[in-house]
Amino acid sequence: MTLVSGWLLYGWIIAVQTKTKKTLAKPNIRNVVVVDGVRTPFLLSGTSYKDLMPHDLARAALTGLLHRTSVPKEVVDYIIFGTVIQEVKTSNVAREAALGAGFSDKTPAHTVTMACISANQAMTTGVGLIASGQCDVIVAGGVELMSDVPIRHSRKMRKLMLDLNKAKSMGQRLSLISKFRFNFLAPELPAVSEFSTSETMGHSADRLAAAFAVSRLEQDEYALRSHSLAKKAQDEGLLSDVVPFKVPGKDTVTKDNGIRPSSLEQMAKLKPAFIKPYGTVTAANSSFLTDGASAMLIMAEEKALAMGYKPKAYLRDFMYVSQDPKDQLLLGPTYATPKVLEKAGLTMNDIDAFEFHEAFSGQILANFKAMDSDWFAENYMGRKTKVGLPPLEKFNNWGGSLSLGHPFGATGCRLVMAAANRLRKEGGQYGLVAACAAGGQGHAMIVEAYPK
Amino acid sequence: MVACRAIGILSRFSAFRILRSRGYICRNFTGSSALLTRTHINYGVKGDVAVVRINSPNSKVNTLSKELHSEFSEVMNEIWASDQIRSAVLISSKPGCFIAGADINMLAACKTLQEVTQLSQEAQRIVEKLEKSTKPIVAAINGSCLGGGLEVAISCQYRIATKDRKTVLGTPEVLLGALPGAGGTQRLPKMVGVPAALDMMLTGRSIRADRAKKMGLVDQLVEPLGPGLKPPEERTIEYLEEVAITFAKGLADKKISPKRDKGLVEKLTAYAMTIPFVRQQVYKKVEEKVRKQTKGLYPAPLKIIDVVKTGIEQGSDAGYLSESQKFGELVMTKESKALMGLYHGQVLCKKNKFGAPQKDVKHLAILGAGLMGAGIAQVSVDKGLKTILKDATLTALDRGQQQVFKGLNDKVKKKALTSFERDSIFSNLTGQLDYQGFEKADMVIEAVFEDLSLKHRVLKEVEAVIPDHCIFASNTSALPISEIAAVSKRPEKVIGMHYFSPVDKMQLLEIITTEKTSKDTSASAVAVGLKQGKVIIVVKDGPGFYTTRCLAPMMSEVIRILQEGVDPKKLDSLTTSFGFPVGAATLVDEVGVDVAKHVAEDLGKVFGERFGGGNPELLTQMVSKGFLGRKSGKGFYIYQEGVKRKDLNSDMDSILASLKLPPKSEVSSDEDIQFRLVTRFVNEAVMCLQEGILATPAEGDIGAVFGLGFPPCLGGPFRFVDLYGAQKIVDRLKKYEAAYGKQFTPCQLLADHANSPNKKFYQ
Repeated sequence: MTLVSGWLLYGWIIAVQTKTKKTLAKPNIRNVVVVDGVRTPFLLSGTSYKDLMPHDLARAALTGLLHRTSVPKEVVDYIIFGTVIQEVKTSNVAREAALGAGFSDKTPAHTVTMACISANQAMTTGVGLIASGQCDVIVAGGVELMSDVPIRHSRKMRKLMLDLNKAKSMGQRLSLISKFRFNFLAPELPAVSEFSTSETMGHSADRLAAAFAVSRLEQDEYALRSHSLAKKAQDEGLLSDVVPFKVPGKDTVTKDNGIRPSSLEQMAKLKPAFIKPYGTVTAANSSFLTDGASAMLIMAEEKALAMGYKPKAYLRDFMYVSQDPKDQLLLGPTYATPKVLEKAGLTMNDIDAFEFHEAFSGQILANFKAMDSDWFAENYMGRKTKVGLPPLEKFNNWGGSLSLGHPFGATGCRLVMAAANRLRKEGGQYGLVAACAAGGQGHAMIVEAYPK
Repeated sequence: MVACRAIGILSRFSAFRILRSRGYICRNFTGSSALLTRTHINYGVKGDVAVVRINSPNSKVNTLSKELHSEFSEVMNEIWASDQIRSAVLISSKPGCFIAGADINMLAACKTLQEVTQLSQEAQRIVEKLEKSTKPIVAAINGSCLGGGLEVAISCQYRIATKDRKTVLGTPEVLLGALPGAGGTQRLPKMVGVPAALDMMLTGRSIRADRAKKMGLVDQLVEPLGPGLKPPEERTIEYLEEVAITFAKGLADKKISPKRDKGLVEKLTAYAMTIPFVRQQVYKKVEEKVRKQTKGLYPAPLKIIDVVKTGIEQGSDAGYLSESQKFGELVMTKESKALMGLYHGQVLCKKNKFGAPQKDVKHLAILGAGLMGAGIAQVSVDKGLKTILKDATLTALDRGQQQVFKGLNDKVKKKALTSFERDSIFSNLTGQLDYQGFEKADMVIEAVFEDLSLKHRVLKEVEAVIPDHCIFASNTSALPISEIAAVSKRPEKVIGMHYFSPVDKMQLLEIITTEKTSKDTSASAVAVGLKQGKVIIVVKDGPGFYTTRCLAPMMSEVIRILQEGVDPKKLDSLTTSFGFPVGAATLVDEVGVDVAKHVAEDLGKVFGERFGGGNPELLTQMVSKGFLGRKSGKGFYIYQEGVKRKDLNSDMDSILASLKLPPKSEVSSDEDIQFRLVTRFVNEAVMCLQEGILATPAEGDIGAVFGLGFPPCLGGPFRFVDLYGAQKIVDRLKKYEAAYGKQFTPCQLLADHANSPNKKFYQ
C-alpha cells in the first residue's frame, strides 16, 4: 500500500468513526483486522484428544477457520502458530498442520514459542508483518497437546546411543555396550519447573498469593465465578469461536469439557496441590492441563474490505513486558496493562471488555491486589499511583482459562476472540487482553471493535 | 604469595559470621525491672492463640538479656494462666534473626565458675518450663537461630522455619570453647539422634532450614515471599506467623501431631542406639576422632561428649547437672577466653573504620590470572562486581577462568548454588588479553609475579588507561607498597591488598597503606574487601608488612631446626600438636619453596640477624633441584595426584646432610622446639605493634590466626602473651638468645610487659 492510499484510508476511518469515540488508528500505519477466529473445543488432557498428535489438533483449527471464513487458501500469505511443549517430530507444527489442512504448499509457515503467550506472539508477529507491508493475509494460531509429551531417554543413554551409531567395529560397539548401566534407562520428563529458578509455577503462584495475602476462600470464590460464567456462556451459546471437531475413530467433540461449576464446600475439601500442607492453591482453583488449538484470520483492513469481509475487530497497540521470574513470575498483566493503555492513550474506564488469562485464581487476585496498590506501584513499577482495578463486571464474563481450559500455546487467540465477540455482543469499543507467562513475561493488547 | 591452607578448626571459624550476639544467659532478678511497659516482647492474642513477638530494642539481633528474660517469663506465665489461650507462637519481629547466640560479654563478666554454672542452671529452668508446657508452643523461626536461640526453639512443641538463606540453626558454642548450656546437650540427641546431635555440637556448623527439616530439627518449612503489598521481609514474617498460628491451633485441637514420621535409616539408628554396646562404640569412635583432631588442645569437644553420655546413661537430671557444671568449667578456660577474644576481634575486623568511600567500586579489573588473581576474581564476581580478568597469554587466562568456573561449579555440586545462578554469576567475569574496558574500572588489583620491575611496568601501563578516580591495588606478600608506588603519577591512589591462598577459603585480607595513600583509597579498599567477605586488617607499609614479617623469622627457625637433624615429619607433628593447622614443613611446601626463598632473601637483607638462624642456602638448593613444594610435586614431601599419603622426599637427605648443624641439647627438647618457633613469631608480632605497623593487638591476632594459622586455641600472639604471661615468654626468649644469639632478643614492648605484670594487650 502506498503512503497516499494509507492517508486516504485513515481519513475514511476517521469519517466513519466520528459518531463514536476516537479510534486508535495511527497515521502511516496500516490497520490490522481480525476477520474471524475459531478454536477446537478445549478438552481436559487425557480425554478425547489423547491419541492425536499436536498437528492434528492444529489442523482441525485451520480447517475450522477455512470453513468459517471461506477464505481462499491461496490468498493466505503466511501462517504462524504458537506452541510450548514441542512434539519433536513436528517441531515446526505450523507447517505440518498447514500442509495437512490443504493450504497451498507455497504458503510458508513458522512456529513461535513464548510460554503461555505463544499464540499472542503468533498474532503480534502477524500484525507486524501486515503493518510493515510485508503481508496482507495471515493465519495465526496456537496448539497444545498435553495428553502426550516428549519423554526422553536420559542424557547418558542418548550419548551411548549416538556413540554406538558412530562406532565402526564390533569391538568398539561391544566396549560401548559394556558401559551401559540400568540407570541409563531412567526417563527424562519435560521440565515442569522454571529453568532459572527450579520452582514450579503452582508453587510460585501459591507464594504470590501469600505475598498479596490472598486467602483460600477468595481463590475458591473466584474459581467458582469463572466456572459459573463459563457454564452460562456455554449454555447460552456465546462461545461462538468453538468449532466442532470430528476426532478420528471417536465421536464429534462439540464443546469444552473442563467447565465444572462446583460448590465452595466441595472446593474447600481439596488439599493444597503445591505447598503442602498449608498452601492455598489447589486443583480446583488452578487451570488444568488442556488439549486444544485455535486459529485466526488476520488481514490488512483494506484487503479484508476488498475481499468483501466484515471484520470483527482491529488489533491495536500491544506490549510485552518481563520481570523477576522468581517472585513476580505471574504479575505480567499488572505491568503490561498500564503500559499498553498509556501507549494507546486510553484509561481503564475506556475498556469495555477485559479478557485476562487465568493461570490460577491466586494469580488473578494477586494481580488485582497489585493493580490496586499504590505501594506496589511506587516501589516496583516506578509509577506514582496505582494502576487501578478492572471492574469485575467487565472481567472475563464468559469464563476464563480456569474453567474453559488453558492449552498453553493456544490461549492467546481465545482471549482475543472472546474480547472481540464480547464487544460485538455486549456493545463496546475497546477490549483489553492480558496474560502472564513462564519466564516472568507478560503481554497485553488492545482490541477495538470493528464498527458495525 | 604467602599461602596457608585452611583446614580443621580454622575454617570453622566462619560460623562466627552469623554469631553476632548476646544471648540466653542472664541472672534472674525476678520482678525487678519488668513492671513497666515491655520493651523486648510484644504479645497479642489472635483467637485463642497467643503470639509472642521478640524484638530487642536498638539492636539488629534479639538478645535474651536480663530484661527480655523477665519479660518473657512474665508473658509466659500470663499465657499459662489465661483460660482464653490454648496455644502460643514464639516469633521474632526482626528480619534475619530469631534469637542468635550467647552473650559473650555477660559470660566474660563472670568472675567465678559458680557464677557461670548458675547462669546455665537458670537458663535450663526457663526452657524446661517451655518443654513441659501443656499449651502447645510453636517456634516460628526466620533468620539465625543459634546457641541459646536453638535451645529455646527445641524446647517448644513444634518448629516452623523459613527456607531463607539467612535461616540457619546451630550450636556454635564449641567455637567459643563452651557447650550448649541451656539443656541443648540433653534435648538435641533426643530430637535428631545421638550421631547428628554430636556432629552439630562438636563442629558448631550452621544448618540450613531444608537440611534441618530432613534431620527433624524443624517440622515445617515456609518459603520466603516476594514483593506484595509490603516489603518482602516484612510480609514473610507476617506469613510465617499466620502459618504458625494455624499449626498452633491444629496442635491445640489435636488435629496435628507434633510427632514426626521417621525414615527407615533414622529408625534403625535410633534402634541401634538403644543397645548399650553400640552406644559405647559410638562414644569411643567420636572421642577418638575428637582427640585426633583437637590434639588435646581444645577441652570443649570432649566435655560435650561427656555431658551427652552422662545424660543418656544416667538420666536427664544427671545430664542437666553435668551440663551446667561443665559449662562453668569450660567458660573459665584459657581456650575459651582466647576463642571469645577472636570472635570479638573478628567483629571488629568486619567494619570499615575509614567510613564509606566516595564512590562505590562496581567495575573491578584484575591483572594476572594465576591462582591469586583468579581467586580474587572468584570472590568478586559472586558478589556482583563486574570483573575483568586480564593476563598476557591465552593459556594462563584459560586456566584462571576455569579456576573461577570450577569454584562456582563446586558450589552447584554442593547445592549451594543453582546452575542458573552459577551462569549468571559467571557472566560478571570478562577474560581478556588487552586493556579494553579499563577506562571504566573503579579499581585495578594487580596479582602479577612478585618482581618489582614487572610491577612497575604494569602500574605504568595501567595508569595510562584507567580513569582518574581508579584505585591501583597491589596484591603482594612482601614487596613494599611505597616502592611499587614510586613510579605512580598518583601515589595517593595506590594501596596494598594482600590476599591469602586459596582466596575463596582464606578469610583474611591484609590491607597495606603507605604514607601517601589517601583515606578514601583505604575506605574503598576495605569496602571491596568486606564485599568479598573478608576479615580485614589494615597495616602500615614496611618490608613483609605484618603477616609475612611474622612468618619469616619462624620460617628461619624451621630451617634451623631441620638443619639440626629433626626430620620434617617430626617437625610437622610438633607444630600441629601445638595447635597450628598445618605442619611447618608442609607449610613451606604449600607456600612454594621458591616463594619462601624469595621472601627470606628480601626480608633477610632488611632485617639482618634478627631474621637469621637458619641457612637460606637450604631453600636455594631446593629451588635449584626443582623441589618447589606441592606445585612441582616435590618439596620436603613427594606429592602425587590422587595419593593422599605423603612420603618424605628422600632426595632431600643429601641437601640436609650438607647443611647439618649440631643440635644444642639444652634447647632441643620437643617443647623447646615448639617454643623456639612460636616465641620468634610472637616477638616479631609484638615488634610490629611497637613499630606502629599494626594499629591494634586485635588486628595482630586476627591476622595471625586467619592468615597464618596461628593456633586459634591460643587466640593469637597478643592474647597468647596476655594469657600465658609476658614474663614466661621473655624468659624463654632469653634462654634461646643465650644459645643462639640476637634473633631471640625480646623486643622492647614485650620486655615492658614482662616488667610490669599489670600491662596487658587486652584490658
